Amino acid sequence: MTWSESKQEKVLAIVSKHEIRQTRLLQILREVQDEFHCVPKNALEIVAAELGLARTKVEGVVQFYSLLSLEQQGRFHILFSDSITDQFQGSRELMDYLSAKLGVKPGQTRSDGKVSLGFTSCTGLCDQGPAGLVNGHWLSRLNESRIDRIVDLVEREVPVSSWPLEFFHVEDNIQSPGLLLQSPIDQGEALKQLVREGFEEIFMEINRSGLRGRGGAGFETAWKWRFCAEGPEDYSGSSLVDKNERFVVCNADEGEPGTFKDRILLNSYAHQVFEGMTVCAGIVGAKQGFLYLRGEYLRLRPQLEAILANRRAKNFLGKSILGRNGFDFDIEIHMGAGAYVCGEESALIESLEGKRGVPRVRPPYPIDRGYLDQPTVVNNVETFAAVAAIAAYGGAWFATQGTDKSKGSKIISISGDCERPGIYEYDFGISIAEILMDCGAENTLAVQVGGPSGGIISGKEYHRKLAFEDLGTGGSFMIFNKKRDVLEIVRNFTHFFAHESCGFCTPCRVGTTLLKNEVDKICDGHATSLDLVGLSSLAKFIKTASHCGLGQSAANPVLGSLSHFPQAYKDRFKDVVFEPGFDLDESLETARRMSARDDPWAHLEQ
Amino acid sequence: MSENTLTIDGKPVHFKDGDTIMEAAIRAGIYIPHLCHDPELKPQGNCKMCEVKVNGRNCSACTFPAAEGQKVLNNIKELNENRRIIVQMLFVEGNHLCPGCEKSGNCKLQAIAYSVGMMEYRFPLIYPKREMDTSHPDILLDRNRCIFCEMCVRAGREVDGKEVFAISGRGIGNHLIVNSPSGLLKDSLLEVTDKAANVCPVGAIIIKRHGFEVPIGQRIYDKKQIAEVSVATEKVLEEKVHG
Repeated sequence: MTWSESKQEKVLAIVSKHEIRQTRLLQILREVQDEFHCVPKNALEIVAAELGLARTKVEGVVQFYSLLSLEQQGRFHILFSDSITDQFQGSRELMDYLSAKLGVKPGQTRSDGKVSLGFTSCTGLCDQGPAGLVNGHWLSRLNESRIDRIVDLVEREVPVSSWPLEFFHVEDNIQSPGLLLQSPIDQGEALKQLVREGFEEIFMEINRSGLRGRGGAGFETAWKWRFCAEGPEDYSGSSLVDKNERFVVCNADEGEPGTFKDRILLNSYAHQVFEGMTVCAGIVGAKQGFLYLRGEYLRLRPQLEAILANRRAKNFLGKSILGRNGFDFDIEIHMGAGAYVCGEESALIESLEGKRGVPRVRPPYPIDRGYLDQPTVVNNVETFAAVAAIAAYGGAWFATQGTDKSKGSKIISISGDCERPGIYEYDFGISIAEILMDCGAENTLAVQVGGPSGGIISGKEYHRKLAFEDLGTGGSFMIFNKKRDVLEIVRNFTHFFAHESCGFCTPCRVGTTLLKNEVDKICDGHATSLDLVGLSSLAKFIKTASHCGLGQSAANPVLGSLSHFPQAYKDRFKDVVFEPGFDLDESLETARRMSARDDPWAHLEQ
Repeated sequence: MSENTLTIDGKPVHFKDGDTIMEAAIRAGIYIPHLCHDPELKPQGNCKMCEVKVNGRNCSACTFPAAEGQKVLNNIKELNENRRIIVQMLFVEGNHLCPGCEKSGNCKLQAIAYSVGMMEYRFPLIYPKREMDTSHPDILLDRNRCIFCEMCVRAGREVDGKEVFAISGRGIGNHLIVNSPSGLLKDSLLEVTDKAANVCPVGAIIIKRHGFEVPIGQRIYDKKQIAEVSVATEKVLEEKVHG
């Protein structure tokens, strides 16, 4: 097949725009995908040749990220969020509606090439769902009448840029601001303080604040920075500090279903986040920073680029920041492309380098060997926002709030069954019961704290508190009322992990799929009590034997629900002596099709 | 001056600076079960067979750095039970039909399955659809048997100095791809003498026309346990590679 010169030139232009750098491979492929609605084989070969990479490496990257595709997608590519909260808001029924209207099934491209449909993991709009993406841009508050209008726009082939703005409207939805959201810093306030007081003094303030990482793991921020600034050492124990470049990375790959706090921080507090990164850069001695923005947050990119430009103009970024000699730092935005595992810091670094997002072996940790094997600080968006505030207002301002072991506040994203979903910020130590009251949740069956990778808690635990020492969370808080079926929640989460497993290690690659199949079997009513024994031991194995946090938490929905809601499982068992592990009648379907029969004798009863 | 000694199941083991636990164990003639490790290749830690307990914490022996005074547990019930589950997972994930596979008796997956006492699949078979590549005159690629140890991927890059294999896809959809314009092995740089063509622990990459030179019953693991074979062959290789 010959490929037109104009197409070749388009690909070459994309590659050269990215300075023919291998680390930009993922960024290049995203743009190729936008241009051609897939990554055509010819484009793949051009990119590989230009970057000096094997074609297999490029193909491996394309096939890893769910927003990239080797197969042709429609000129309008519509994805619906498959998060459980979207499902409970009717997303699946809406997809059926859309699919019938357009005459194309999810996962397929219509024969005229105009439109393709599919599902994707959580899009970060759980508070204003059912939500989705069209050509990478958010669609919020979907309903039948909105879908009718979308179908019309698609059929008339109106470009997405000309669609009504209200379709893309996303509110911050801050319901209850606290410590951080109530007192944003003035632009440059933290940096001025940094230059005035000195790096060591501001470091001491951050240490004094007791700030711990907001991504979920809760490592002490000051210590992480100190290790990065001082490390790594060679075998004799002597420091390699002068030989290394250092990097600061902001993890905005907010992929945990039910989490959307970073969306708000980046939409309305981006200055403060960038300022926190710059403070960090000054303290650890980094010259280059990255904001790794999840692919689904594409809509935020132009305004973030504008803020960065504005900060460069004010000398909050660039050379000799605020006149301080040697304080040079700039920030680049890298987009993800649909891979939850890239929220894991070492997978994120691989992705930043333009590779498949496979978590690295640890040790070495990123603070010793991160981006391009150089010492790298990776912190959450919220952590950097807090850093800037602490630099401006002092460590004590922060440390007086919260609990002894969990200082300060936590921003949580509330979705699901309540009157007022949205963003709530609380000092650490708040009880679940108080949160439920604030957001107007009634008849609550269960709360999923920390998203699918966190834990499910039921009524008798609502006295428990949000804190690292009790219920830790990256910020997802999903509420389910008594009309909901626990097993449907477990099924959704278990499918999510199987879909998002990177496949590197055996326990997670195979285990998440076995878990998914087993939960399906239970939900479909083919399980017996013996299955529960197997399910529980499989789940425990995946938890202990997996390579990274994804695998280690993939079985949490099963384990948590088994201990809190065992009856939900037992209700699904059929009361028979022998229950086959599969649907007998369904298994005959192929034979029926082949023999063109559908009479009663061609069916089997279970 | 450090002593550079750790213990594995109570036995003192000397290690060199920069050693992983696996490297120290191999040099000391101690077998830690593994499917994705080869002394000549950079350790990767994907199969998780070599999971050991280091001071109470689970670690992959092939990637975890050895350190003074570590108490490593290896041959214990809990870990061997986990290893059995991993082997069972690998069996149900692919299409492994030992009686019809010419690697039978020389296959590390099969040998480890025997050594950890695997008597059943335990999990429902997944029956994936996987492609075969018979295009190369001397080498066969049967993806049905691939266990994603990435030994062929690494051997090509690190030993043969050529880019032949890579992993594509994600999760359970992972699959081995071949670096050639057609995607077929015959158009790749792979040669029959390459390490990449000979390193496969299972029957996914096999050299054609040699499958039955040694009769079944007289093959490597028909005669000896994998622990014994592994210690004997890898100790020599380890000393050659890392001194």
